[in-house]
Amino acid sequence: MQKFKEFIIEKLILISGLASIFFVILIFLFLLKEGLALFKFVNPGQFLFGKNWYPISEPAQLEILPLILGSLLVTLGAAVISIPIGVGCAIFIAEVSPPSIKEILKAGIELLAAIPSVVLGFIGMVTLVPWVKNIFQLPTGLTAVSGSIMLAFMAMPTIVSIAEDALYSVPKSYKEGALALGSTKWQAIYRVLLPAASSGIFAAVMLGLGRVIGETMAVMMITGNAAVIPKSILQPVRTLTATIAAEMGEAVVGSEHYFALFAIGIVLFVVSFMINVTADLFLHRKKI
Amino acid sequence: MNSKKTEKIAFFVLFLATLLIILPVGLVVCIIIQKGFPAMTWQFLTDIPRQGMRAGGIFPALVGTIYIVFGAILFALPIGLGAAIYLSEYTKEHFLNRLIKLAIVNLAGVPSVVYGLFGFAFFVIFFKFGASILSGSLTLAIMILPIIITASREALESVPYSFREVSYSLGASKWQTIRHIVLGNAIPGILTGTILGVGRAAGETAPILFTVAAFYLPQLPKTIFDQAMALPYHLYVISTQVPNVDEKIRYGTALVLLILVFFMNLVAIVIRTQFRKKKKW
Repeated sequence: MQKFKEFIIEKLILISGLASIFFVILIFLFLLKEGLALFKFVNPGQFLFGKNWYPISEPAQLEILPLILGSLLVTLGAAVISIPIGVGCAIFIAEVSPPSIKEILKAGIELLAAIPSVVLGFIGMVTLVPWVKNIFQLPTGLTAVSGSIMLAFMAMPTIVSIAEDALYSVPKSYKEGALALGSTKWQAIYRVLLPAASSGIFAAVMLGLGRVIGETMAVMMITGNAAVIPKSILQPVRTLTATIAAEMGEAVVGSEHYFALFAIGIVLFVVSFMINVTADLFLHRKKI
Repeated sequence: MNSKKTEKIAFFVLFLATLLIILPVGLVVCIIIQKGFPAMTWQFLTDIPRQGMRAGGIFPALVGTIYIVFGAILFALPIGLGAAIYLSEYTKEHFLNRLIKLAIVNLAGVPSVVYGLFGFAFFVIFFKFGASILSGSLTLAIMILPIIITASREALESVPYSFREVSYSLGASKWQTIRHIVLGNAIPGILTGTILGVGRAAGETAPILFTVAAFYLPQLPKTIFDQAMALPYHLYVISTQVPNVDEKIRYGTALVLLILVFFMNLVAIVIRTQFRKKKKW
């Protein structure tokens, strides 16, 4: 009896273990099931590279290049802001700050990671958006640059904590060797630690940007949601994620529009899959 | 320029970078507390939204969020714990282990709105659960699975191997060892992961947008097949969809959500530090 009970429990545990694989496949299959139906109406090339997103005009025009460019522009802006600041902060926490404030700083970063994106979006709307409007003398502050700034803050906790881990896991002897040869602390960081931790830092940046591309609520609330090809960062843009969130409620189940939103979901899934696999490869690169 | 001077400048720049993150975080939290605090009355927490959500309270949204999150944990904890036990205690084949870990990483990286799409296609349409607490909870459960698995696995793996050996030597079976020795010592870590999952689930908006969240629903849900209001979606609605909502109500809602999420994280951090202090090995 005891043996039988254990057998059952062990099988249940095996099933739970495989659940993650099952769910990833299930998500992808259901996105494909609903999304691929679109290509009976629109060819994939036109869907990806056409310039017109007019889902409710007659006939509907479902081409997502403006949305892709919107996502890319916002992500690029967020990368420019978050990579130097995030990596700098990681170095400061890992190597420079005295142990007493180290824990406080880490708690602050965790706090930022915990703030729900809808709260950040709300705060962005009431503070950042008016500032951007006034500083750049724009008709509206709901622009790509506002989104980039907000998203940079959402990417930073990921970048800081993973990059800090990477710096921390460099063997102490590396730094000690450099210091023993007469280098200053900064030279040791810059010439020895950073190169040694580079693959981990790269993974940190990738994962941070992965978070940015997938972020939805804050982006929807502060980028202005204009589905046109952006000409500058001071214009409203619309991202892939915001399009799904904003239009799914109105799309009729089984319509071309509905299929198109799932097709956008496929694009997002594939992009985030590639980012995560790449980052994982860099994180688990054989240590010397 | 000598190298000492360079070092000073470099460290100052790094310090500035850190300030650039920490200060805005502090500022955001302060603004929300300062402007949201006046709205914090008993009535605000226990009344339904009135006058087209321009007055009254947030009670249905608060209760809705609690239901949805509770449901999500109910599904995610057993599966997550099972997966963690499998990864830390049972797995031998290196390849399968690697594959599961890769799946977990990917599950953690799937954009939240894609979870929403999947939840809609799978639970709402395919299983015909409709937009309901059940659909929303299941969707969120899959989303927080990686958090629970990762934290629980770390907790299980941190139990020293010698504990298991002693248990085996006394004639306990593998499952008895896991059940009585390993799990008991890993509970604080598992709890931490679970609470962090709760915090994450409570704040997410995109996955519940099309699976459960109701725009306005003055009465409380009665069964798991009912729609429910949810706090994060309510904040989104009153800050973008409904014009002329009093600032106080918006900040008040944001504050309640923030308190809820921070409280969860705080509890998790306290458990973690207590656990580290008391560690017997």
